[in-house]
Amino acid sequence: MTARSSRTQIVTGNDLLEGHVVYLTATDEWSYEIAEAALADTPEAAEGLMARALASSRDVVGVYLAEARRDAAGRAAPAHFREVFRTRGPSNYPGHGRQAEEL
Amino acid sequence: MYRYDDFDRDFVRARVAEFRDQVERRIDGLLTEDEFKPLRLMNGLYLQLHAYMLRVAVPYGTLNPVQMRRLADIAERWDKGYGHFTTRQNVQFNWPKLRDVPDMLEALAEVEMHAIQTSGNCIRNVTADHFAGAAADEIEDPRPTAEIIRQWSTDHPEFTWLPRKFKVAITGSPNDRAVTKAHDIGLRMVRDVDGKPGYEVIIGGGLGRTPMIGKTVREFLPKADLLPYLEAILQVYNLSGRRDNKYKARIKILVHEESLETIRARVEAAFAENRRRLKPLEPGLVAAIEAAFRPPEFEPALDTAPILSAGLRAFIDTNVAAHRFAHYAIVTVSLKPIGGTPGDATSAQMRVLADLAEKFGHDDLRVSHEQNIILPHVPRRHLPDVYARLKAAGLGTANVGLISDMIACPGMDYCALATARSIPVAQEIAQAFADLDRQRDIGPLKIKISGCINACGHHHVGHIGILGLDRAGVENYQITLGGDGTETASIGERAGPGFAYDEIVPAVERLIGAYLDMRTEQGETFLAVYRRLGPAPFKAALYPAEARSDAA
Repeated sequence: MTARSSRTQIVTGNDLLEGHVVYLTATDEWSYEIAEAALADTPEAAEGLMARALASSRDVVGVYLAEARRDAAGRAAPAHFREVFRTRGPSNYPGHGRQAEEL
Repeated sequence: MYRYDDFDRDFVRARVAEFRDQVERRIDGLLTEDEFKPLRLMNGLYLQLHAYMLRVAVPYGTLNPVQMRRLADIAERWDKGYGHFTTRQNVQFNWPKLRDVPDMLEALAEVEMHAIQTSGNCIRNVTADHFAGAAADEIEDPRPTAEIIRQWSTDHPEFTWLPRKFKVAITGSPNDRAVTKAHDIGLRMVRDVDGKPGYEVIIGGGLGRTPMIGKTVREFLPKADLLPYLEAILQVYNLSGRRDNKYKARIKILVHEESLETIRARVEAAFAENRRRLKPLEPGLVAAIEAAFRPPEFEPALDTAPILSAGLRAFIDTNVAAHRFAHYAIVTVSLKPIGGTPGDATSAQMRVLADLAEKFGHDDLRVSHEQNIILPHVPRRHLPDVYARLKAAGLGTANVGLISDMIACPGMDYCALATARSIPVAQEIAQAFADLDRQRDIGPLKIKISGCINACGHHHVGHIGILGLDRAGVENYQITLGGDGTETASIGERAGPGFAYDEIVPAVERLIGAYLDMRTEQGETFLAVYRRLGPAPFKAALYPAEARSDAA
C-alpha cells in the first residue's frame, strides 16, 4: 500500500442554502462538526464514503474527500491548513464564520 | 454616466426572473448541483470556502452615488455589512445565502447593476483607467469605448463559450493606470499623424500561471473600426485557442505558440472580412453613448485657495492627483487602513462615499483595480471638507501609492482556489510599516499579493510581488522583484526560495532596508534602484546566509 492510499479521509462540502461547511457522518447525515465526520482509512473505504455522500447530497454542494487525522479521542480532525481554516472562518474577521460561535 | 435603455432594463430583469426560477428549482431538487452550477456561475454566484460569494460587475469601475448606496444596503440586508472591492474593479459579497441571491440581484437591477459575465469563459467586465474623464494626461475618456464593448460583448452568441475567460482593459492616457499590457486585449488611446484619436491594440497579455506582457498587434486602429477588429481577434481566438488544456487556453498562449506575426495576419484577414460584413455602428447610437459620459458642469475657478492643515497636506501629497482643471482634484480614497483588509468598505463607509460624491464630487465614483475608491471630480476648495469627512469615517489614510497601499486577493481566507492566505500577510506588512512618515520616506512602492498562481493579486507586476503557495502542507511565500503594471510594464523575477508565513514580513523589511541603503537620493524609487542594480543586491538582502557562504 502506498503512502498516499493509506491516508485517512473524510467527506466534506457546503450546505446548499447557507453555504456553511458540513461533514458526512457515520449515519450518512451532514454535521457542522468535523469531529462527527466519518473516517475512511483505505482508498476503498474513501470511495464508499464518497458514494454514500453523493447519494445523500441533495442539500449539500461542492462535496469532496479531504485528508484528515484522528485526534487524541479518535475523532476526525483537519490534517491540512486549508481544512483547519474551513473549521474556523476568515482570519481577517474573527467575528465571521464558525469561529464567531466560540467567541 | 451611461443609463440603461429599455432593452438593457428588460434584459437584466429577465435574467433576474430566470435565475429566481432556477434557484427555486434547485432548492426544490428539480435541478441537480451539476445542472445548477453553470447557471449560478453565469449570474456571478460562486461557492467559496465558508459560504457563497456574489460577484457584482462594476462596468469600467464607474458607480453613481445611488448605486454605491444600494451596495451598502445589500451588504447590510443580505450580507455582513461590508463589500469587498476587487482588482477587476468589481465588488464581492462574501456571505450571501442562496435563497436571498435573486432578491439581491433584483435590488441591483433596480439601480442598473448586475452580476452577469462575472464568471465563465466569456468576455468579462471591461476595465478602464479609474481616472477616466478626469485625468490631466488624458487624450480622451475611454469609457464610451468601454460601454460600446460592454454592449457588444454582453450575451454575444458567438463568444459565450470561448476557450477560456477573456479580459479587456482600456486607458485613454499615455500613463497606463489600467494595466492594459496584462490583459487578453489592452486598448490604449493614441493619436494618428493628423491628431485623430484611435487605439493601439495590444493582445496576449496576462498574469496567472504563465505571465506575459501583451504585444502590440495594431499600432493605430481608427475608432470606427473598433468592433470589426475586436470581433476579428475573438474569432481567431475562438477558433484556434487551445481547448485541450485549461492552462494553455488563454489567448496569450495562442499568440506565443503561433507568433504575433501569424496572429496579426489572421486577425487582419478576418477584420477585412468583418468590415465588409458588419454594418458600421449607427452614428446616433455612438453619439448617445458619448453623451452619457459628457463631463459634468464644472464650476468656475475661484481665487480662494483652501486652508491646508498638516494632515490635509500629507493627504493631498499622496491621495490627490492632477485633474484636467487646475482648480479640481482627483481624490483617491484608500481602502487600505493600516491593519485593515485591502479593498473592504463597510456599509457606513459606502454611504459616506456616496454622500461625498453627491455633495462635492459631481455624483461620480470609481473603483480602481488597486482596490481603492476614487472621487474623480472634486473642486479643490472642498478638499478640507472632504478630507475631514473621510477621516471621520476611517477613510482618511494618506497612503496611496505607498508601501501599505497593497493589492491582496482574498486568498485562503475566502477563495476555494487559493493555496495560501494573502490578507493577513498584507495586514502584517502594513502594521510593520505603520508609520506614515517612514512610508513617505520609502516612497512609491507597490507590493501585490496573490494567494495562488492565478494571480488575482497581480503579484507579477508588483515592484515586490508575493505569491502564496502550499509547500508540502505548509503556507509558503515566493517573492518576485521588479514587476511593473504601467506603460513600462514588466514581469517580476522570482528572487529565490520561498519564505514561511512568519518569515515573509522580515523578508520584506530586509528588502526595504537594502533599497534605502542603495538609493542615491530620496527620489530614486525602489523600482528605479532595482532597474539600475538588478536583482543581485536584493537577493543578498533576502538570503543573507547564502550571501555570506558565497563570500566565504
